[in-house]
Amino acid sequence: MLFRYLVILLILLPIKVFALIEVDITRGNLNPLPVAVSPLAIDKKSKENFKKILKKINLGLEISKIVENNLRQSGLFNPLNKEAFLQKPDIANLKPRFEDWNLIKAQALVTGKVTFVDEKLRVEFRLWDVLAGKEMMALAFTTVPSNWRRVGHIITDKVYERLTGEKGYFDTRIIYISEEGPKTNRIKKLAIMDQDGFNNKFLTLGNELVLTPRFSPTNQMVTYLSYFRNLPRVYLLDIETGMQEVVGDFPGMTFAPRFSPDGKKIIMSFAKDGNSDIYTMDLENRIVERISNHPSIDTSPSYSPDGKYITFNSDRSGYQQIYIMSSNGKNVKRISFGNGLYGTPVWSPRGDLIAFTKLHKGKFYIGVMRTDGTGERLLTENFYQEAPSWSPNGRVLIFYRETKTNSKGEGFSAKLWSIDLTGYNEKMVETETDASDPSWSSLLSN
Amino acid sequence: MNLSKILKNALLILVASLVLTACATKKTTTGQLQGDVYTGSDSVEYLASGVPDRVFFATNETVLTTASRETLRKQAAWLRKNSDINVVLEGHADERGTREYNLALGERRANSAKDYLMTYGISSDRISVLSYGKEKPIDSGSNPLAWSKNRRSVTVKAN
Repeated sequence: MLFRYLVILLILLPIKVFALIEVDITRGNLNPLPVAVSPLAIDKKSKENFKKILKKINLGLEISKIVENNLRQSGLFNPLNKEAFLQKPDIANLKPRFEDWNLIKAQALVTGKVTFVDEKLRVEFRLWDVLAGKEMMALAFTTVPSNWRRVGHIITDKVYERLTGEKGYFDTRIIYISEEGPKTNRIKKLAIMDQDGFNNKFLTLGNELVLTPRFSPTNQMVTYLSYFRNLPRVYLLDIETGMQEVVGDFPGMTFAPRFSPDGKKIIMSFAKDGNSDIYTMDLENRIVERISNHPSIDTSPSYSPDGKYITFNSDRSGYQQIYIMSSNGKNVKRISFGNGLYGTPVWSPRGDLIAFTKLHKGKFYIGVMRTDGTGERLLTENFYQEAPSWSPNGRVLIFYRETKTNSKGEGFSAKLWSIDLTGYNEKMVETETDASDPSWSSLLSN
Repeated sequence: MNLSKILKNALLILVASLVLTACATKKTTTGQLQGDVYTGSDSVEYLASGVPDRVFFATNETVLTTASRETLRKQAAWLRKNSDINVVLEGHADERGTREYNLALGERRANSAKDYLMTYGISSDRISVLSYGKEKPIDSGSNPLAWSKNRRSVTVKAN
């Protein structure tokens, strides 16, 4: 009897802990949760060491700012001004005076500590429920100091996951096309950056036109379209080694590439003699398989997360519409039936939705629909925007938007934007140059 | 028939003829557009005297217009005379479409020009096709006239 009582207690305890603050991410959040992100405490010696290596005067403060910025960008949280904080970081991390944090209306509190240990960066952090006066989470990890920005992103992911019940999307990167120069003569380069726009790096020099980069599931490889030697072909790039190789070297044009969810295949369009169809190439044995066979344009293929289905864009009905089919090309079914043209379908990582671009009456929309075509929802309308890419948790879409030029053809720009699945929290993503064709990586750490 | 009835009928006829002219003007539109196909000469270059280098298309279309077929017949005649010259047909789309679909559309446009050249005796060995989709507009404007100039297939000497 006593034993049974104990078992029940053990089961109940964690549930009780979970019943603390919760953030609902399924609707537009008009009341973001007030959260205090205390600067991470740092001892004098560690401070000196990090200052030497990273040129950052107070690494603890810098990391907390990354967390703060991520939380604010998500639209679900309202990070409070640090100047109002009453408690010192080191003491707050040991035992917060909840009355103090309550006074500034914080509902959640993040504290932590960074130390320099054996040439490494050690971080510990805690998440506190201010109203309940309880610790919700405590974690510690060690990494190389140069990863300090990622530390901020990982902390955010953990906090986000603990408070919303869903995985975060902050320790991720965006691969995109950097654009410069006049509209009639754009220089385009492959570029990669952290999700928050930092650590930007160009991966090609701009000598040839490059388009539509997409990550492999493990984020090590990128597949994209390059016009190297004026032969538009699908390429593969290893981000670490910089090794490039052509994978779609067929006599025609290969384009619109994406990886299969297991990373073993590339699916793409192959255009020849005025007809574009969908093909796959097995990266191991280089076997090419024709998936669609129709005299219309079939392009923009994207796998379902389980690899069983493919959604794609076809004009076989006369105009661009969205279709799904089995991964072997059978059971083709049209799913878009609303007014207008539909393109760029992308399957959500959660499997339940397909994001798309819609063109109707001279306006472009980013929207989502269920995989059977029902429940169409348009999230944003503009003069020109397209190419949505999902955050790894399926909660946010990143896409690009181009401006209308004036009567002299001036004023062109292309920028990355993100929007929540709810249709709220639309934001421009800062980039060094103009940008297009974004593709979101999966979580770098799991 | 009383006066008011006559007036009423006259008015009806007047309205009807106004509607008709409105329709007629809408179809031909101003100067450089027929339907929404560009018919002007801005941006057009010449492969040889009297041989224009490009043909234009309607929105989302790959069908050759009468004027386009005439241009391509001139190109075919020129190519027959200059059998040492090979060409690349560069297919383009305007900015009002998704990038990937436009790549396919540009390819289809260039191929419809290629097919026509082939029916006029030009060997497919001498013609290659290259689609730029919407990547290389000739006019940077965001208006119907600019878009019409950008929906094109341009014949370029390859050697």
